[in-house]
Amino acid sequence: MTATRATSSAVDLVDDHAAVPRVGFFTDTSICIGCKACEVACKEWNHVPHRQPAWSGKSYDNTGKLGADTWRHVAFIEQRRASGPDQVELAEVPHGAGTSEGDARLVTPEVAAWLETPDRSSSPPVVDPADLRWLMSSDVCKHCTRAACLEVCPTGALFRTEFGTVVVQADVCNGCGYCVPACPFGVIDQRKDDGRAWKCTLCYDRLKGDMTPACAQACPTQSIQFGELAELRGRAHHRLEQLQGAGVAGAQLYGADENDGVGGMAAFFLLLDRPEVYGLPPDPVVTTRDLPSMWRAAAGAAAALVGAVALAAIGGKK
Amino acid sequence: MGRGGATTFQQDLSQSDLIVIMGSNMAECHPVGFQWVVEAQQRGGRLIHIDPRFSRTSALADEYVPLRAGSDIAFLGGLIRYIIENHRWFHDYVVNYTNAATILRDDFADTEDLDGVFSGWDPAKRSYDATTWQYAGMDVAPSAGQRDTEAAVGETHGSGGAQLEHGNPPQQDPTLQHPRCVFQVLRRHYARYTPEMVEEVCGVPREQFVRVAQMLCDNSGPDRTSALCYAVGWTQHTVGVQIIRAASIVQLLLGNIGRPGGGILALRGHASIQGSTDIPTLYDLLPGYLPMPHAGHYENLAGYIKHNSAPAGFWAYMGAYAVSLLKAYFGDRATRENEFCFDYLPRISGDHSIYRGIFDMLDDKVEGFLVIGENPAVGNANSRAHRLAMAHLKWLVVRDLQDIETASFWRDSPEVESGELRTEEIPTEVFLMPAAAHTEKSGTFTNTQRLLQWRDQAVEPPGDARSDLWFAFHLGQIIRAKLADSTEQRDRPILDLAWDYPTRGPLADPDAEAVLAEISGYDSARRHISGYVDLKDDGSTTCGCWIYCGCFADGVNQTRRRKPGRQQDWVAAEWGWAWPANRRMLYNRASADPSGRPWSERKRYVWWDAEAGRWTGYDVPDFKPTMSPDYTPTEGSTGPDALSGTEPFIMQSDGRGWLFAPAGVRDGPLPTHYEPHESPCTNPLYGIQANPTRQLFPRPENRYHASDGEPGAEDYPYVFTTYRLTEHHTAGGMSRWVWPLVELQPEMFCEVSPALASERGLVHGDWATLLTARTCIEARVMVTDRMVPLRVEGRLVHQIGLPFHWGSRGLAVGDSANDLASIVLDPNVHIQEVKAATCDIRPGRRPRGPRSTSSPAAQVRTTEERA
Repeated sequence: MTATRATSSAVDLVDDHAAVPRVGFFTDTSICIGCKACEVACKEWNHVPHRQPAWSGKSYDNTGKLGADTWRHVAFIEQRRASGPDQVELAEVPHGAGTSEGDARLVTPEVAAWLETPDRSSSPPVVDPADLRWLMSSDVCKHCTRAACLEVCPTGALFRTEFGTVVVQADVCNGCGYCVPACPFGVIDQRKDDGRAWKCTLCYDRLKGDMTPACAQACPTQSIQFGELAELRGRAHHRLEQLQGAGVAGAQLYGADENDGVGGMAAFFLLLDRPEVYGLPPDPVVTTRDLPSMWRAAAGAAAALVGAVALAAIGGKK
Repeated sequence: MGRGGATTFQQDLSQSDLIVIMGSNMAECHPVGFQWVVEAQQRGGRLIHIDPRFSRTSALADEYVPLRAGSDIAFLGGLIRYIIENHRWFHDYVVNYTNAATILRDDFADTEDLDGVFSGWDPAKRSYDATTWQYAGMDVAPSAGQRDTEAAVGETHGSGGAQLEHGNPPQQDPTLQHPRCVFQVLRRHYARYTPEMVEEVCGVPREQFVRVAQMLCDNSGPDRTSALCYAVGWTQHTVGVQIIRAASIVQLLLGNIGRPGGGILALRGHASIQGSTDIPTLYDLLPGYLPMPHAGHYENLAGYIKHNSAPAGFWAYMGAYAVSLLKAYFGDRATRENEFCFDYLPRISGDHSIYRGIFDMLDDKVEGFLVIGENPAVGNANSRAHRLAMAHLKWLVVRDLQDIETASFWRDSPEVESGELRTEEIPTEVFLMPAAAHTEKSGTFTNTQRLLQWRDQAVEPPGDARSDLWFAFHLGQIIRAKLADSTEQRDRPILDLAWDYPTRGPLADPDAEAVLAEISGYDSARRHISGYVDLKDDGSTTCGCWIYCGCFADGVNQTRRRKPGRQQDWVAAEWGWAWPANRRMLYNRASADPSGRPWSERKRYVWWDAEAGRWTGYDVPDFKPTMSPDYTPTEGSTGPDALSGTEPFIMQSDGRGWLFAPAGVRDGPLPTHYEPHESPCTNPLYGIQANPTRQLFPRPENRYHASDGEPGAEDYPYVFTTYRLTEHHTAGGMSRWVWPLVELQPEMFCEVSPALASERGLVHGDWATLLTARTCIEARVMVTDRMVPLRVEGRLVHQIGLPFHWGSRGLAVGDSANDLASIVLDPNVHIQEVKAATCDIRPGRRPRGPRSTSSPAAQVRTTEERA
């Protein structure tokens, strides 16, 4: 395996010649049933604290996104296929429209249009069930080949393990929070009460005990597969071919390409639609990519400034 | 089909070419078992989901078919008609293995002749005399178990199999041309269930219906098989038993029973529901589906056995099963002289099911109530009536992991909040007994596929928590100690019980393996019995449940076997132990043709090895192992020997799968479409609107709605259906107190279509109040395309989805959907209709706080005014 490296000075990259092969997750969203067993198993094994429960109304997703207290997150996307691959946004109907109550409410565009017909004598629009699609996908830290969180960490709390994964050491983290904006996926997050940064460890403790990470162990349909990365990528390509052969348009791999902006992800995905539909950045780039050139530019600017000052001083003597 | 269990096993779904899930939300409610559905899909199999709601199961399906709740028999009847009229039935299977050729009596009249009822209908009694449903030339068969008209017949013998008075085959016409043969009767019965009728009744476009029918037929036959999966979406109707009967007819016509990748998979409600009917918590059954004796029906043990055993098939040995059970109950006290203590068994005298019991409580006829592992104040239909009823008790014992609503109704129920119940006026003394969790006790679960799986105790239960076994055993000990000096004859049954289990550990928990070994059975020398064929009716054997006989064979706890699936074939015969006799698939002799050869190489499973003179294959043959396919019974043969070598349905006394049920079902020999008890639609097929034999309880606590065409029906114009979410467990006792689960589904919500939301002014994310004549509840509004309004009878029918997990206690509280439902029951098994009923929905929250009046009608008015 040869990772393409954006810079030669990057620290803590995956060691291609390590004794322990790099491991990761292949999440095949085409067979995810949205049971959230991964979320529960993760919380139970890692003692991740609960958040204040709140019903979101966003399909069956009540945990929202990955964060300090959500290391696995299952996204639910309700779609109408005929309306295009993207999620149909519910439109807010203004007060006064529709029925006599005059409440604002969210309806689909078709219903909004129907509400605007003068007498609404026709039946309201009904979706064709064949158009319905409900995508589910379990998201997790990508354990990037080029992990910006790790590169910006000033204390060394974030480190690359012998399995090639990226882990925060809670007893070293000083809560500076540099890693939070560094992550191109919005994965790593600070806990409000203690200020430290938390995220998926790919169950580092279980790996050391030769056990499968909790989420993959709990997944009933093998939507989350754990294993050696090279082998998982082969499996993913095979599955992609199978789906494409079956005419599943939109099936694509995400994070399986080691030439992408983060050098490939140890946790990668088979999606049934574009990444943005799932809330994933379409073209993630390691945020530290431009640091060397920025430093070079800054150094140049500083040198120019020094030069200018010197010139001014010389000139002033005149 | 003859036994109270799924005919197949979940792993076998991986062998299916097509899986139809209907009346089940398998991906959400059986997510672990769903892995084999996914495996089938990855092998090229297809999945169809037919359901009122687009659920997480539909999301994985190749075809989703929205269906009006409660119209299942119209859909399945449409499939039966399609299969027959298009000649897609599996000829050799149907002629040889079903009762298609059997001739019926000439005085039988169908619903087509009598506009919705069968012959034998008594309108005054609202019940049938089933005499005319019998086979021609056969004496009237006693219905299994000699049940009284109020008592359930459905579970007896696992099916209520009627018994022909002798083992001789009935009159048959193998050409299937005789106008009174079952096949022709069946054809006429479903002649009007056309694709157009399916569209009108179910709201399924005819093109889609035909597409489903074609897929099912294309994937059935010698070389291909299709499986049907169902759960409580089929059972919780006033026609629940008949829906499942309709599914059996479809699968028998297509030749899908007893074959790999085929079958009907009954997905049970939770971990050991199958176990709780095998060794029942039902009032009308004894272990192994032996009927509970009825007061006045049997003079003695001999009469009980004579009336309940069959001359042919394995029910011929019912006496051995019953006597061995009595020996397990009463040990050395049970002797031939005292009829093995048969007189000690309690007698039933009518319907003693829980719903009947609730109304008896309201009428102050019941003093005490033991609730173990249930939460009726949230989980049962019209749970409000249950809470009101419990306030009439003298005492109530609740055993649970948490202080659930059933135990707390007297202080924080909605009725206490409204002032309808006043804590200080409730006389009920409530005992909450903390229960041990599954990790804190040893024992077995019997899962959805009849599989007994042992689990070892991991830790001691905390505090006062104890296992159910501990509770039952020590309660018995205490009662026996109190009665020890009694000379009353009525106390003898308790004092004479064999109640001597060894205990272990610091809490003196009875040894669960000793109990399992007793269930499995011993001979007179205390040797473990290896199977039920070794049971005797002379008192020399003991067995606590004949269908579990052999689960401790050779002194080995067979249920504890855990050879991983990857080390054996998909049948996984060395994982746990399945009843009966570790068979994973029932009636598997049908996987071979009449001559004993596999129907096809691709679908071989069990076959006749002529050289060895035995049946063999991947599974334990569900047939007498040495009975050759060309065996024919001779005059005087009994038991299994009275059936021929080509008759696979060995629990039926004619050895055949029943397309037509000549007895055993209370509401008719053929499934017939009736509307739900509460429906916005008219039955377009018959003059009879709803199941005429449904069990009704018209009372002030249980008001019913008018249905279509009746005055007042417009007050409750929408259909609601209840369901479960993956994130919670039934009535919530095991999930609403668990943070990681509460976080995932924190609040009660209702699912409505955008069209209904606009019709009623419902705001996504805001609140709605749902109203029925029973009460009103509130829920957050989820507007979603997944709820599809259906065009039925020329208009739009809206359906509302309601998860039923919430109650007044726990980390997440909310109203209970079951408060809305009425108590109206299937006549066979007394199951409530909560999968299809009517309601109204209005924006805003329900009224709360003390009210001057307690009537739901007043609540309805208040809410309507606010809306």
